[in-house]
Amino acid sequence: MQELIIKPSKKLSINFKELFAYHELFFYFAWRDVKVRYKQTSIGVIWAILQPFTQMVVFTVFFNKAAGIGTGNPAVPYAIFSFTGLLFWNFFSQSVTRASNSLVDNQSVVTKVYFPRILLPLTSTFVGLIDFAFAFIVFIGLMVFFRVSPTINSVLLLIPALLITFIAASGIGMFLSAINVKYRDVKQAVPFLIQVGLFVTPVIYPVTAIPQKYQWILYLNPMTGVINMMRSSFLDTAPINWPLTGISIAVALLSFILGVIYFKSKEREFADII
Amino acid sequence: MSKPVIEIKNLSKSYMIGHESKAAPGTLTLRDSIAGIVKKPLELLTGHKLKKEKFWALKGINLEINQGDVVGIIGRNGSGKSTMLKVLSRIVEPTSGEIIMRGKTASLLEVGTGFHPELTGRENIYFNGSILGMKKKEIDAKFDEIVAFSEVEKFLDTPVKFYSSGMYVRLAFSVAAHLEPDILIVDEVLAVGDAAFQKKCLGKMKDVAGQGRTVLFVSHNMASVKTLCSKAIWLDQGKIINFGDINDVTDHYSRSSIVDDSSLKERPRTTPISGEAKIVEIAVANTGSQSQTIDSTKPTSINFIINSKSNINSEVILHTRITTSGQPILSFSSEFTSKTFKLKKGNNAIRCNIEPTNLSGGVYSIDCSILFAGTGLISHIDEIYDAKTFTVKDVKPQYSDTYITQREAVYYAGHTWTQG
Repeated sequence: MQELIIKPSKKLSINFKELFAYHELFFYFAWRDVKVRYKQTSIGVIWAILQPFTQMVVFTVFFNKAAGIGTGNPAVPYAIFSFTGLLFWNFFSQSVTRASNSLVDNQSVVTKVYFPRILLPLTSTFVGLIDFAFAFIVFIGLMVFFRVSPTINSVLLLIPALLITFIAASGIGMFLSAINVKYRDVKQAVPFLIQVGLFVTPVIYPVTAIPQKYQWILYLNPMTGVINMMRSSFLDTAPINWPLTGISIAVALLSFILGVIYFKSKEREFADII
Repeated sequence: MSKPVIEIKNLSKSYMIGHESKAAPGTLTLRDSIAGIVKKPLELLTGHKLKKEKFWALKGINLEINQGDVVGIIGRNGSGKSTMLKVLSRIVEPTSGEIIMRGKTASLLEVGTGFHPELTGRENIYFNGSILGMKKKEIDAKFDEIVAFSEVEKFLDTPVKFYSSGMYVRLAFSVAAHLEPDILIVDEVLAVGDAAFQKKCLGKMKDVAGQGRTVLFVSHNMASVKTLCSKAIWLDQGKIINFGDINDVTDHYSRSSIVDDSSLKERPRTTPISGEAKIVEIAVANTGSQSQTIDSTKPTSINFIINSKSNINSEVILHTRITTSGQPILSFSSEFTSKTFKLKKGNNAIRCNIEPTNLSGGVYSIDCSILFAGTGLISHIDEIYDAKTFTVKDVKPQYSDTYITQREAVYYAGHTWTQG
């Protein structure tokens, strides 16, 4: 017979067996979020395509044509260059935004039923993959249009790129969602931080716009590593700078670990103060 | 003898209550925020922190529940019933002590947890079932049964936001009713839906209880506790007053809630209050009479004496309600009649005049609260549950020898019968 002991939790322990037992609920949360997102919209998931596409057009017109920001390599068209950035930046920023509100938005569930709370920010990030998939269709279209042919290598590198983005977004998302339970300031601050983030991440401009000796600062942002890796491999902008990309990967891992630790340390009081 | 299904050892749960922060974080008003901006830096400078107080919602609970026991948890509002269920359901963590649960547990603190208005009935069955701990396979297997029980077949593919509240509740309960745990924890969920469906739910709960499952059940409705449960726990101020046979405990409980009328001023309040003024005396009388029992066919008045620490400039309102066994029966508020009061330093007499209520014979109790007018329900100056009990004279219909009492029905209304 299944025996359960309920007592005040002391150490930071993650019950992987339990997490696995709740894997169905994880997918149900994701499924619900996807279902609900585009309900009562007339063009539905087309929004997931339209948004990044429009952003790309605006960036190309204003930053490239008007302000003269280039790609660092005259052979690479700015449209696909900025779209590569947007593809991953949007996955990251939307996941962080949704994850940071995930506990508060599901307040009614959190106060009425037990389940590992960590499922909520994680599903938010997971759902971001769906939008990513739709935006990726546009990316394929652009590759055809600009006659960019991907190599096996670049397709394989997609996996670590997505993984790093997922880890970084869910780490930061877990951290913010836990703070949000107590301080609703998070809800106000996140859109602002995301906006700032767009400019401190090389989405609009190439990393080479920054003097070489300061570039490592940009790489402290995990998304710099991801976006640059993708641009290098798909668009052949420049060879991947592995030592600097390593910094990005390390920061992503660190933010995930810290996010989990902070989340677990606050988890016990969520239902009390949400 | 096998081990108890639920073993609770020295369980306590405390909350920190900040007396100044009256509103929940999400419900802060602009005024509060502005006040906060001014206060926060001041507090930091002077080192004066919010006055926080430890509130023990549960204190030193020890309990053993055996397999097949159907246990009702009774007690006043704020006695710790809901906290107990929340701790048992693992929604909140205990502060100290431990609980051992042997068997698969499901808790039902609300019907329709996680129901999403945009999702269809079918989709919500799956999502809700999953949240309550069912596997997809189980839901698939019971799907038809759930739908049949809920009586909403026709609207299965309609978003539930278009459902009537009755349909919504029926669907939600049906999902919950088809959980098959060893231990079921239920809070007040039977207090929803129409009478016919309530009866059906109660029947279903009885089935569940009959199958050797262990059920823990909180309800304000003594009648449903008595029909359903074999044992009861009586909680008061976070402690167990009595645990045992259902009839012994409920009798003890209803006798005791009659006596505790004394010294309203000293009685500890069970909910956070700001305390500028206190309700110190309540008296119920038929208008113009001093009799101890009330004739409910005549106008009644409730007289309050409220002691204020100082002259209060803001206007206040009073809410009061009549309850029986914790179940609200009648609610009165000076807000309903757009009447506000100004409290002077010292004692203030306020009276609520009530038209004939037609309550049937029995013991009733009064809850009362004072609030600042226009601040919503969150900032209570004083609030007290079961502040005063009074007895209503049994109603004797004109041509009958029997009296109508609470056991029969709460209200009596004159009536005539015709045929054809």
